[in-house]
Amino acid sequence: MPEARVIPLRSDGGRPRPRTRPAPRRASRPGVGSLQERTDAARGIEPRGEVVDAVEGGGEIAALPTAEGPTDLEARVAEVGEFLQRRLTGRYTVDDFGFDRDLTENVVMPLLRPLYEHWFRVETIGTENVPLSGGALLVANHSGTLPLDALMTTVAAHDDLPVPRYLRMLAADLVFGLPGVGAAARKAGHTLACNADAEALLSAGELVGVWPEGFKGIGKDFADRYKLQRFGRGGFVSAALRSGVPIIPCSIVGAEETYPKIADIGPLARLLGVPYFPVTPTWPLLGPLGLVPLPSKWYIEFGEPIHTDAYEPGAADDPMLVFNLTDQVRETIQQTLYRLLAGRRNAFLG
Amino acid sequence: MSEAPSVVLVTGVSRFLGGHLAARLAADPSIERVLGVDTTPPSREMRRRMGRAEFVRVDIRNPLIGKVISTAKVDTVVHASLSGNPAQSGGRSMMMEMNVIGTMQLLAACQRSDTVRRLVVKSTSAVYGASRRDPATFTETTEPKAIPPGGYAKDAVEIEGYVRSFSRRRPDIPVTTLRFVNLIGPRIDTSFVRYFSLPVVPVVLGYDARVQLLHEEDAVAVLERAAAEDLPGVFNVGAAGVLMLSQAIRRAGRISLPVPQPAVPLIGRFTRRARLVDFSPEQLRLLNFGRVVDTTKLQNEFGFTPRWTTVQAFDDFVAGRNLRPVIDPATFGRAQDVALAVARALPSGT
Repeated sequence: MPEARVIPLRSDGGRPRPRTRPAPRRASRPGVGSLQERTDAARGIEPRGEVVDAVEGGGEIAALPTAEGPTDLEARVAEVGEFLQRRLTGRYTVDDFGFDRDLTENVVMPLLRPLYEHWFRVETIGTENVPLSGGALLVANHSGTLPLDALMTTVAAHDDLPVPRYLRMLAADLVFGLPGVGAAARKAGHTLACNADAEALLSAGELVGVWPEGFKGIGKDFADRYKLQRFGRGGFVSAALRSGVPIIPCSIVGAEETYPKIADIGPLARLLGVPYFPVTPTWPLLGPLGLVPLPSKWYIEFGEPIHTDAYEPGAADDPMLVFNLTDQVRETIQQTLYRLLAGRRNAFLG
Repeated sequence: MSEAPSVVLVTGVSRFLGGHLAARLAADPSIERVLGVDTTPPSREMRRRMGRAEFVRVDIRNPLIGKVISTAKVDTVVHASLSGNPAQSGGRSMMMEMNVIGTMQLLAACQRSDTVRRLVVKSTSAVYGASRRDPATFTETTEPKAIPPGGYAKDAVEIEGYVRSFSRRRPDIPVTTLRFVNLIGPRIDTSFVRYFSLPVVPVVLGYDARVQLLHEEDAVAVLERAAAEDLPGVFNVGAAGVLMLSQAIRRAGRISLPVPQPAVPLIGRFTRRARLVDFSPEQLRLLNFGRVVDTTKLQNEFGFTPRWTTVQAFDDFVAGRNLRPVIDPATFGRAQDVALAVARALPSGT
């Protein structure tokens, strides 16, 4: 396996290599009207080099000295106008899970992207380990009091893979009971963590994300950071075995420092019906300001896939095999976390 | 070996589904007699449509129904009278009486009969309930997480229980139970149809349900196929695809009015008093979470693929009802033109 040789190069004390930017992001966006294409065509004959930056820059240096062709601002207005028209007349499609690609592409991702690129400066490692198509189960460590790690992983899967993929996450039922949050989660393509939904998505060839530590992982104290909790009951392994898809261990470093949870107000949590009520150095002391995550430097490493299609059909019903595979995934993630942490000098500077 | 029916009894012929089914069966020359049963006579228009089908005014809660079955030597019974629309059935408690007690009597008569050799029961996907802990799609074997607390859905759960015990007692009679999703179309009258016809449509704040629909004509076609052949079992009946509630409201050109969860029962009471829409509490829960059923079994085992998708059925309903959009979609186009003109007028080179 030639790819497998690449990872140990960084493991001996070296720092992860900087993220290589994929080709211009905007090119992959669907729903861009003909106006945009014409603008690009007009820009293509423009000899100046800064024109590519104009696309990324969001239209500040947009106005090009072309006399007739629509300017970048006009193209943007047309794009937004078409999007709003599409939304207001309901001319878009959702799948059976409620996944709204149009909204995810044009609203959810642009909202998360600044956080991903500028606040957490996420670096992805091992993107070649994620298959470009077909079902795969991404298993990651959970941390940070609020599930920012999950949201950042969806951006990583969309922006940093050679082909953008939508990570369909399996979330706790609590999420779907919350007004606003539940509806948004459905529209972004996420669904309830249960075997039926996991298998339906995996066999439909989707990239599914699961955080098997659940509330125990995300709500652990800052003192326990980067110590993996129990990996559920291995339900994710049996789902992968039944669908015959590879399991991709994913290690996220940096999320633990976003909201360092130093205490838990149990009675308040019970009153609100949530698993924990966190106390961080800034929350609830500084009020809404405490909701701003600390700008830690993040690394997301996709590990080598663990293939499950070699096992025989009844393997999912063999608890010992399921436990062993669960442990294997857990150990892989834990070791990768230690390695990444050893290479990191500072939680905020990387 | 399934025999073609010769004498068919259809319940609930005064309403859309039963009436149109009786009309379709009466148009089939291979069927000797079609008996339509209901407490109120069908409309003149419906009677004309039903052609040679005979109408028997009998209450299915009355043992007289047994006599009708035995004297006419009925061999196929299609129980299509299950109703979720209290306004049409003379109030809520009357609806429950007709649904549950009527089914019990009808089943008792069928059990006694030695001519009946096929039973088709119209049920509803409401038996799955709707909660945040449900998987994205329900298969026929999915256990409901929240047993419907009352009303129509509870009636349907009880009816299905009686139907199951009937098939235990008469294993020689194949029973087809059809769990329909919400029906829609230009002619049918249901709570859902009335709901979407309101100019301002109340929705639950912070929730957006996934809505799966079935075109009225597909519903009649499914019942017709079930009456003609032995297809025992329970089948989900719904069209392909999903609409979000907000999307459906926008497609119909209505305006949605988000109502906070605690005020929802109040609004429900108001629309009932005002005789606009009568939603039972469990139908209101549908507005929170929605419900999508898996129709693989319908397509593979039952051998039926609905002609209309959910979106097409909804559009047909909007077109057929002549629903005028509250806001003309052309306004959006004009707004975009104005925005483009402004963008063009702005000094370039900024």
